[in-house]
Amino acid sequence: MAAGFAQAGNQLYTGERSYPFIQRSRIWFVAAALIIIASVAVPFIRGGFNFGIEFTGGSEFTVSQTETTDVSIGEEVVAEVAGQEAVVTNIAPQTVRVQTEELDDTETLQVAEGLQEGYGVGSDQISSTYIGPVWGEHISQQMIVGLVIFLALVALYMTAYFRTWTMSVAALAGLGFVVITTVGIYAATDFEVTPSAIIGFLTILSYALYDTMVVFDKIRENLEPLHDQKDQTFAERVNLAVNQTLVRSVNTSVVGILPVGSILFIGAGLLGAGTLRDIALALFTGIIVGTIATIFVQAPLYAFMRRRDPAIREHTEEVLRLRQERGIGTVTHSGTPLDENGKPIPFPPLPEPEIDEDEAEDEGIPDWDALIVAESVGGDDERRS
Amino acid sequence: MAQSKPVRKARAALIALFVLLFAMGGTLLYGVTQDRAQWAPLLALDLEGGTQMVLAPQVETGEEIDDEQLEQAVEIIRQRVDGTGVAEAEITTQGAENIVVSLPGAPDEETRELIQAPADMQFRPVIQTRQDPFYLTELMRDGAQADYEAGEMSEEDYQEWLEDYEEEIAQLEEEEGEEAVPEDFPEPEGEPENHSDPNWVTPELAAEFENYRCSQDVSVEERDQWDDDEPMITCDPRSGEVFLLGPVDVPGENIDDATWGTHQQRPGEYVVNVRFDSEGADLFSESSVRLYGLSGDQNRFAAVLDGHVVTSPTMNAPITDGRAEISGSFTEEEAESLAEQLRYGSLPLSFSIESEEQISATLGADQLRMGLIAGIIGLLLTAGYAIYQYRALALAVTIPSLVVVGLLTWWAISLLGWSDGYRLSLAGIAGLILSIGLTADSFVVYFERVKDELREGRSLAGAVESGWSRARRTILASKAVNIIAAVVLYLVAVGNVRGFAFTLGLTALIDVILVFLFTHPLMQLLARRKFFASGRRFSGLSEKELGVDVLYRGAGRFARRNVVYSDPEAVGAMAADAPEPDSASADRSEELPEISEEEWAQMTIAERRRARMERQRRHREETDDVGESQSAHTPADATAGGGER
Repeated sequence: MAAGFAQAGNQLYTGERSYPFIQRSRIWFVAAALIIIASVAVPFIRGGFNFGIEFTGGSEFTVSQTETTDVSIGEEVVAEVAGQEAVVTNIAPQTVRVQTEELDDTETLQVAEGLQEGYGVGSDQISSTYIGPVWGEHISQQMIVGLVIFLALVALYMTAYFRTWTMSVAALAGLGFVVITTVGIYAATDFEVTPSAIIGFLTILSYALYDTMVVFDKIRENLEPLHDQKDQTFAERVNLAVNQTLVRSVNTSVVGILPVGSILFIGAGLLGAGTLRDIALALFTGIIVGTIATIFVQAPLYAFMRRRDPAIREHTEEVLRLRQERGIGTVTHSGTPLDENGKPIPFPPLPEPEIDEDEAEDEGIPDWDALIVAESVGGDDERRS
Repeated sequence: MAQSKPVRKARAALIALFVLLFAMGGTLLYGVTQDRAQWAPLLALDLEGGTQMVLAPQVETGEEIDDEQLEQAVEIIRQRVDGTGVAEAEITTQGAENIVVSLPGAPDEETRELIQAPADMQFRPVIQTRQDPFYLTELMRDGAQADYEAGEMSEEDYQEWLEDYEEEIAQLEEEEGEEAVPEDFPEPEGEPENHSDPNWVTPELAAEFENYRCSQDVSVEERDQWDDDEPMITCDPRSGEVFLLGPVDVPGENIDDATWGTHQQRPGEYVVNVRFDSEGADLFSESSVRLYGLSGDQNRFAAVLDGHVVTSPTMNAPITDGRAEISGSFTEEEAESLAEQLRYGSLPLSFSIESEEQISATLGADQLRMGLIAGIIGLLLTAGYAIYQYRALALAVTIPSLVVVGLLTWWAISLLGWSDGYRLSLAGIAGLILSIGLTADSFVVYFERVKDELREGRSLAGAVESGWSRARRTILASKAVNIIAAVVLYLVAVGNVRGFAFTLGLTALIDVILVFLFTHPLMQLLARRKFFASGRRFSGLSEKELGVDVLYRGAGRFARRNVVYSDPEAVGAMAADAPEPDSASADRSEELPEISEEEWAQMTIAERRRARMERQRRHREETDDVGESQSAHTPADATAGGGER
């Protein structure tokens, strides 16, 4: 299996096997647009998000390592002290969570005491959280500030690194897709939105951009010699880059998801809700969406934006025209020609109408000579020094 | 030589890493033996159990608090919490306007009220003062203890010092004799006429004043007794001077502003200027006229901030315009700090609890255990997947790298706990677990590049070098994104986001160090091992695992077809495709004697083919015209030098 994976890796690398990520970009864009529409629509249909008490305000008590996990005990205690209806859930084995509306100091202490008695636990087994009504607003505000600064810095950084703003724009637009989709998943699945989940969101942004950076760097590398060759078109070279990094993308997302998944399933199963589970959940969805977005949204978007450059259009037309002259039949989406049996073949030499085949052969040799002599002079010097 | 250079560099990098590891481990070991650090990282409250409150200062509408006032508020809350006898409380600012109070255990109602109580400033007239002899001695003991803990005083000296101190205290107690009782003091002669009147002093108050022991902390009971219209007893915790003060003359909210600067006539001397608003000016005018007419201690007034005297100057002139200048032998810092305290006093702040999290020790321990279990399982899964994908390469490189990264991270966090009091929180652990994946990604990027280079036909040693030069760029560029994210999150975020951002940034940095100083050098050395270089089975680089039809079959046999080269020159060479002759390395050496084995190994197939063609051409020329001078060909003899290295 690993060998099969590697075999595929090699074929993807040479371009023998290729998936049309760039060529079929219209399909991906339409799909992405549908997902975005769905993600925006879902919260409206379902009536918003399931915000954690950090955003709604209120008090929460967690009783850990209790023998009795009877929900009614918690409900009674709260009703007695504050006359409220509490939400009591058995979130994990031996763990009960009691959520109430805001309680004042005395009530908080009384409820904690009541729960201690009711569940027969010591004071060191009760945890409580009180969230004031403005706290959620406050952190959300800070998050938005952080988000804007981060995006601005990253946009500048990418523009400087790739020396083109198109990659920045494509990366950030794709990021929008990642965020909206993740939010949509949260709305659709009714996962609780807590500050920890928001930490997760911010990390997704960082992860998704990280992933995009790696793929875009390969694209940059493949495009550097674009105009020095007449074999492959712009789209084929970009597609080749995405295909060549496909194995890495899969490996990286698997490696990223394994530890996150272990928190999610092991931690959540044994511990119930909490910081770890919330972060892990956001990351779990985000890593998958982020990896997919790089391949299906960000890279095609970049190609889509650049495809209309006059220089690139000219180059593409020339390459296609030459192909016809050279009699190349099938070419994969990554720009590797195939013979009748579907086996990859090298590009035939470029047609040079003035000189016939034999002469070309002869002419070619002095060319090599000149090249090698010129190089070897440099090499010679280097060796002596 | 071409081969020894990477090896030399690799060794140097590995030595650098060992020096770094040794330095970190050694420092920590030293800290542990000196009992000032611990091996395990310090844990935050959500793992250790305890209470964390996020407070927001409440101000009257329209007013804003600045950074200095927030710092002042932290200082005041710290004093209050210390006063309740809670050990190990941590009070810090967070973001632009929050104060975070972390306490072990669950605070009682009293402590909570205390923390939220408004902190105000008052100007009160002085009625009586005395020195607290114990306080100064205690202050000196604290100083000695601090010196000892900072390592500036030896164990012996400190013990000697402590003995002297005990003696001194015993002597003082003897001198002071018994506690004063109200019966020792006369009843006041009549009703007090003004705030400075000694008739405020009842026998009870006088006895309390005599018995008062100054301390840094103000207890809750003391706080409850204060009343603006009653006298109070307090002290100046810097000098140990105990004051019996009259009722409030001017409340702090009548302060308009306070500044500090140098004295107009005597430059080099620092003064603090206080400006009162119109109501404050009237009140202060009345007070100053009264104090100016009195002598001795009663000529002084005291500025009291949150129960402690911050300054107690004499009144040198009646001040009627609401602009007072406090002079004295201030240093610049003292003047600045006093001005800040006065300015803070102008804004009566109270604090509201925005969020409070009380984690029981049980839950904390549970979460820590779960976090660790999840982390270990995550690590094992990652290692397992790496072995599945990269076979022996994973065993030889990935797993040692994960071990090194684990050590570096663990020690860095423990050291930061020692130096900066950094505490690992649950969110921090989440950051660490995520970083396992991000660290592993560096290997994935690197290994995939090396594989790509192998597919272009390079030998392993050559592939490691050229793969690295490309992977390095990608790794640095992408880690930069992570570091930007971590720094931004850390700076703007509140709550437990910070702990997360911190570990994320820390591990990104450690990851870069690791890849440069460990993973790559290790690969350079391994590339010279026969097991990996010849692509044995399960080496992770065998032809089967690379998926290449035929790669390097030992004995110098290469065969590789249908490669798409990212190097256009190589594409050109490919166009003149001639099947690679299956020659043994001995044939090769015979054929191209001027190219050494190691240079050959560094070349891609295209380059080798080019060298062969050149050789054949030369051979043809030589057989064609034998008489020609050999010198014409000498430059071409160095062909291999032109190859990519």
